[in-house]
Amino acid sequence: MVPTNYYLMLSAILFGLGIVAFVFKRNIITLFMAIELMLNAVNLAFVAFSQSLGKPDGEVFVLFVIVVAAAEAAVGLGIIILTARNRRSLNVERVDLLKL
Amino acid sequence: MTAPLLIFFVLAALAVLGAISLIVQRHPIHSALSLIVVMVALAGLYLLMGAEFVAAVQIIVYGGAIMVLFVFVIMLLNAGEEERTNSSKLATYAGIPLAVAVAGFIGAAIVRSSGSLAAPAPSGALTSTKALSMLLFSEFVYPFELTSFLILVAILGAIVLAQREN
Repeated sequence: MVPTNYYLMLSAILFGLGIVAFVFKRNIITLFMAIELMLNAVNLAFVAFSQSLGKPDGEVFVLFVIVVAAAEAAVGLGIIILTARNRRSLNVERVDLLKL
Repeated sequence: MTAPLLIFFVLAALAVLGAISLIVQRHPIHSALSLIVVMVALAGLYLLMGAEFVAAVQIIVYGGAIMVLFVFVIMLLNAGEEERTNSSKLATYAGIPLAVAVAGFIGAAIVRSSGSLAAPAPSGALTSTKALSMLLFSEFVYPFELTSFLILVAILGAIVLAQREN
C-alpha cells in the first residue's frame, strides 16, 4: 500500500512546479496551463485525503474543482483570444496597461 | 518493493517529468502535450487509489475537453516560440524564494503530521461510483446545481468575449 504522505509530497512538488512555471513563463497560454497544473496538484491531495479518511467527500470536491477549471478555461481562453487580437502578441510583458 | 509502490513511483516520476518539461519547453504546443502527460499520470494515480470515477473524469474532461480547448486556441492564434525576455526583477528576487518557501512549508507540514494521518484504506475498497453519486445527489445537491449555473454563465461569457465586434 502506498502511504498517504507520498501522494501529498507529490502534490506539493507538482504545485511548486506550477508556481515556478507561472512565475517564469512569458506566454499567456502557458501561464494558463500552469494554473491547470496547480489545480491538478490540489485534486491529487483531495483524493489522497479522501482515501486516507475513507470518505468519498474529497472526490466530490474534485468533481467540483474540475467543473470550475473547465469554466475558467473557457472564459480565460476567450480573454486570451481577445488579448491576442488586440495586442498582436501573446507575451504577458506586452499586457501592461495596469502597470505603473 | 511491492507492486503498488512501484506503480506509484513510475507514475509520480512521469508526472514530475511532465511538469518539468512544461517549464522547459519554449513552444506552447509542447508545453500542452507535457501537461497531457501529467494529467494521464495523475489519472493512473487515482486508479491506484481506487477512485475510478475521478480517474475517468480526469481523462475525459481534463485530458480530453480542456486540453483540446488549449491546443485549439494555440493553433487558432498560431502561437510561436516564446519570446525570450529578461526575467523581471520581481520574478527573480521574489519568485524563487516564494516557490521554495511554499514547497518548504507544505513539506514541513506533511512531515510533521505524518503520524496523525490515518492508515490508508485497502486499495480498491475505497468508494464505489454508486456511493459517490449518492453523496453528490443528496448532501451536495445544492453545490451541484450551482455548478450547472456556473457553466451556463461561463458559456455566455465565452461567447460574449469571443465574438467579433462589428
